[in-house]
Amino acid sequence: MQRIQTLETRDLSQSLCGGGCGECQTSCQSACKTSCGVANQPCENDTQE
Amino acid sequence: MIHAYRLHGSHIILDVNSGSVHRVDPVAFYAITHWPCTEDELRAAFPGENLDGLLEDIRALIDRRKLFAPELEVPEPQGQRPLKALCLHVAHTCNLACDYCFAQAGRYHGEQALMPYEVGRQALAFLLANSGNHHNLEVDFFGGEPLMNWQVVKDLVAYARARESETGKRFRFTLTTNGMLLDSETTEFCNQEMSNVVLSLDGRKQVHDRLRRTANGTGSYDIVVPKFQTFVKERGGRSYYMRGTFTHANPDFSADLYHMADLGFHALSMEPVVCAPGSPHALTGEDLRMALREYEALALEMARRRGTSGAFTFYHYQLDLKHGPCIYKRVAGCGSGTEYFAVTPQGDLYPCHQFAGEAEWKLGDVWQGVTRPELCAQFARCTLRNKPVCRDCWAKYYCAGGCAANAWHACGDINGIYEDGCEMFKKRIECAIWLAAL
Repeated sequence: MQRIQTLETRDLSQSLCGGGCGECQTSCQSACKTSCGVANQPCENDTQE
Repeated sequence: MIHAYRLHGSHIILDVNSGSVHRVDPVAFYAITHWPCTEDELRAAFPGENLDGLLEDIRALIDRRKLFAPELEVPEPQGQRPLKALCLHVAHTCNLACDYCFAQAGRYHGEQALMPYEVGRQALAFLLANSGNHHNLEVDFFGGEPLMNWQVVKDLVAYARARESETGKRFRFTLTTNGMLLDSETTEFCNQEMSNVVLSLDGRKQVHDRLRRTANGTGSYDIVVPKFQTFVKERGGRSYYMRGTFTHANPDFSADLYHMADLGFHALSMEPVVCAPGSPHALTGEDLRMALREYEALALEMARRRGTSGAFTFYHYQLDLKHGPCIYKRVAGCGSGTEYFAVTPQGDLYPCHQFAGEAEWKLGDVWQGVTRPELCAQFARCTLRNKPVCRDCWAKYYCAGGCAANAWHACGDINGIYEDGCEMFKKRIECAIWLAAL
């Protein structure tokens, strides 16, 4: 694809299959404490879809 | 749904429902943003361009659900979400008197107080008893200034560690400090036991000292910077964040981040002030516009510094596109009032640290547990599914509907939004994706 470069990303629809283990870090325990960002929390499930 | 934007000469297409990111050239950008686009339209818009294969490539991405992917139907979680994180307010007092503190110099609408060990121990027992099948439990030592109750911090860590093997749980401790009481003992202990430490520094000396002052009114920069430098040096690569706050006085906050980097700190965070709209520290409309430009400039500078000794990370730009959270996390949000509680020195439970001390949001206490389950139910419903205003927002799977406390303080509804916060958040995500796509 000359004009389109697609980055390797986690497919969010595929992640529906796992059910969500809930082991990932609570977002406000990291650095912000005053805003909510979930996207920079790494997934803790080694078998992620 | 897609989000198409240009930044620093790049053309980026984010496919919201799949999470796919495409870096494209101007022709593909036009074709996708005008989809369905015919070859004739493209030839008219880009005469002389070789268009071979472009429309087929776009159709292939659509077929693979990496472009215009269908809306996701995320099932509602069944039953109550177990508790997994506590913010322990071990000290509702502080050795600084920062003008902008959302905790009112650590007091949180109440009297100064230190958490007794027995209260903290009961909080940890409450967490263990209500954590269901969660393996990873998180405890943040917060304040006020948590180092003002240092012995209790150490004793609570010892108690938790002693219960790990018996319960099969793993505690992750974090601590947020202004640095005033950091010494060799606290440094060694934190570097051994705390998985992350948040160090409060606002950046340039004149910016930091304007608001982060001691009780006698002098700035704290000269006291804390050497302590932070020693601390980080001895931390040996373990996680930390140098965290600043920007206000009306320094909407040009990128200069503060560069100053932190010049001081030798390389894991940085900078947050907009949280305060009442009428406060002299509150961001104005012009400050907001400047902040948006600052985020863009920051991304450009970080790209320029990559691979150099001056490189640094910025918390909000640390997107892990390959191994980020699943869709359930992205819908459920921060977990305040459901899987995350704040505990005051007296043992009272609140949905999060930003609600601490607001009596109408008191959930219960660490001895009786939750005595107002209707409040927890409100927070359980406070997810992306129940925020109609977020339904058509391209950033919804990055912020999960935003901060409930910010929404409450901005518009009186935890299911509402804080519009200025949304604008800054979206700009940060655009910049983060741009950096990831370089």
